[in-house]
Order: sequence, then structure tokens, then C-alpha cells
Amino acid sequence: MPTVRYGAIACERHENESTLDALLRSGAPVSYSCKAGTCGSCMVRVVDGSAPARAQAGLKDSWKARGYVLACVCHAEGDLTLAPVDADTQVAARIVALDALSAEVMRVRLACDSGFDFSAGQYVTLIRPDGLARSYSIASLPGEDLELHIRLLPNGRMSEWVRTAARVGEAVRVLGPNGDCFYTPGRPEQPLLLVGTGTGLAPLYGIARDAVRQGHTGPIHLIHGAVRAEGLYLDETLRALGGVHYKPTLLHADGPVDQVVLGLFPKPAGMRAFLCGDPAIVQTLKKKLFLQGLDLRDIHADAFLPAA
Amino acid sequence: MEAAVDIFYRKVLTDGRISHFFDGVDMDRQRAKQKAFLTMAFGGPNSYSGQDMRTAHARLVTMGLNDSHFDAVVELLGGTLAELGVPANLIGQVAAIAESTRKDVLGR
Repeated sequence: MPTVRYGAIACERHENESTLDALLRSGAPVSYSCKAGTCGSCMVRVVDGSAPARAQAGLKDSWKARGYVLACVCHAEGDLTLAPVDADTQVAARIVALDALSAEVMRVRLACDSGFDFSAGQYVTLIRPDGLARSYSIASLPGEDLELHIRLLPNGRMSEWVRTAARVGEAVRVLGPNGDCFYTPGRPEQPLLLVGTGTGLAPLYGIARDAVRQGHTGPIHLIHGAVRAEGLYLDETLRALGGVHYKPTLLHADGPVDQVVLGLFPKPAGMRAFLCGDPAIVQTLKKKLFLQGLDLRDIHADAFLPAA
Repeated sequence: MEAAVDIFYRKVLTDGRISHFFDGVDMDRQRAKQKAFLTMAFGGPNSYSGQDMRTAHARLVTMGLNDSHFDAVVELLGGTLAELGVPANLIGQVAAIAESTRKDVLGR
């Protein structure tokens, strides 16, 4: 079995175990959230040894060059000596506003201490002072403060903290941005189809406004699905949002969101779609839209994976 | 080529004989693989080794992948090309290249 070293810790990595799991089993102080190679919070630096390319998938070139890997998807055959990544991979930020958008969703606004470049619709990983990390999509536009919509989960460690303990002025760290679910200029006349469930609305709220701001001329359809009316947490704002056709839909009243979307757009070929939120709904909708004629390369999807 | 990939992939996903083998796969990655497969079947650069084909399909073989499923894929490939107006003799050549992977795909 290969040996993994991190600071004073040395442990054997069992077969089928990720490097992250081996580290956590040994008590190494490594942050993590998704355990699926997307959130970036378990990134570590390889000091000695060789990691497979898969462990660097999606990382910036400059990070790859520094030997950074995602421990959760790293299954190196040989021994590895690892160390924490440099501090500059994370940005220091402060909480500047905390508001309840509904009984289930908190809005958190963050001001970053240094410039933070992102595209509307990408996601960041929010890291609490104690290292707890969770990924959230960005609902704001470049140039604005970072706005995150945090769904309150029963026993959700980050969301419960945000609801009850976090205070304005509190220092946090931000990792990212990541993700390729964002608006790109070109083909401004193409109809846009934005579909999200729950807080899958957050990136779409950014993408829709970004498209308007970038001069998109085609229709922009924004469909927000919720189980009950209380889940339509930006209803008033979206009804007043210029340039966007907002369509709320409720599971109990209207049926599953994929059926609603296909009912509204039975021939989606030629549209550009952005699908965010519940992974099962995102996958179902992606498949159905493709089968109904939408080009797969015109479908941008961000399935919200739960924290592992 | 892009049009052929989309038509072919739609057929594969909706064909009751084989669609269950594609449940839960990443659609973007799968599309890229299908494009590589069609490129090879069209006589373009072959980025697969026989061992790659074996490894990639080993899980499906344990799920029961057999000759009937392979035949279904070749049939859908032929149907895709026919839809795009490819002449029958060329379709035959493409099918023959696809046929050459049968043993590796089925792990024999």
C-alpha cells in the first residue's frame, strides 16, 4: 500500500480509498466538502511523488505547475508527500450583509479584501475560520460584492452557522471561482432557457442579468421551480426584472419541472440552456432537451452536489 | 461529423435495447467518446487500442452486454449514416470497421 505523508502524519492509503480519506482517517487537518473533485477545498501540494492527471482536472495551469492536486480524487499508485497549498489560493473576505430571503434561504454578501474576478454563474467555496468549507453559486455580477444564496438544511453545519451565529463583519475565506456555467457573448439573438430549482436560481439570477448587461437581444426565459410557493424566494424581484421572461412553477400545482419546460418549449433546438440545482432534475432535463433537439454543446449545467 | 454524433447519440439513448447501459453517465464525456468512435469508424485516426475498448466496456459486460447489443449499435450507426445520405457501400465500410472491435468490446 502506498504511503501518504502530510506534515508529521504518515499513513497507508488503502485500496479504493482516496488520498483525502486516508488523510482524514489519520487526523490530518485538511478541509473538504464535495469529495467529488469540484469544490476545490481539499487541494494540497505534492512535495514528493507523482499524482495522476485526474487529480488536477479543472485546476488553473498555474496551480498545476505548483503541483497542486485535489486529494479527494487522487489515487496515486506510489508514495506521496503532501503539504498545504499557498495562502494565495484563497481570498480573504468579510461578511457585509446577511438577510433571510425566505424561511429556507439566507442571502450572504461578501466583500473580498483584494480583487476577485469571476463570471456570473460560477461558484465559490466558502471557508469558515475553522476550516469548514461549502460551495455556493454566485448570484451577483462581476464588480459587485459576492452574493450567495444559502439554503438552510436541517443539521447543515454551514447553513445553521449562517442563520444563527454568523455576524456582519465576520472574516471568512473564499476559494475559486470555478465552473463553466456562465454566459458568453456571441450569438446575441439566440433564445436563452434558464431553468433552476431551489437555490439553483442563484447562478441563473446572475446569468440572466449578465446576458442583459452584455446586450443579449434574444428572449431570456427564466424558469424557477419550487415544491411550494414559499420556495419561490425571489418572486417579487424577478417579476420586476426587466428583459427577462420569468416563469415560476410549483411541483405540487404544475408537475415536475422537466415536464413544464418541455410543455413550454417542445422544440428547443437552437436555444442555449442553463440548468442549475437538484442533480437528478438537471440530468433529466439535460437528457430530455438533448433528445428534443437541443445541441448538447448549447447546454450548460451545474448540478448542486450535496456536501459529502 | 458533429451532426452524425448527435443523431447517433439520440438514437442510442432512446433505443430500448441498449439505452439502460447509458443511465447515469456523464453526457458530455459520452458524446466525446462517441465522436471518437465515429471518427474511427469513418476511417479517421484511431485513438483506441483493443485494450482500451476492453477496459472501457468491462463494466458493461458484467451488466450483460452481448452480441445483440453490439448488433443494435451497428444498426443505429448504419441508420444514422443513411439519414445523412451516406451511400450504402460507404456505410458497409464503416460497419466493417466497427465490426472489427466486436471481440474487444465484448471482452472475448
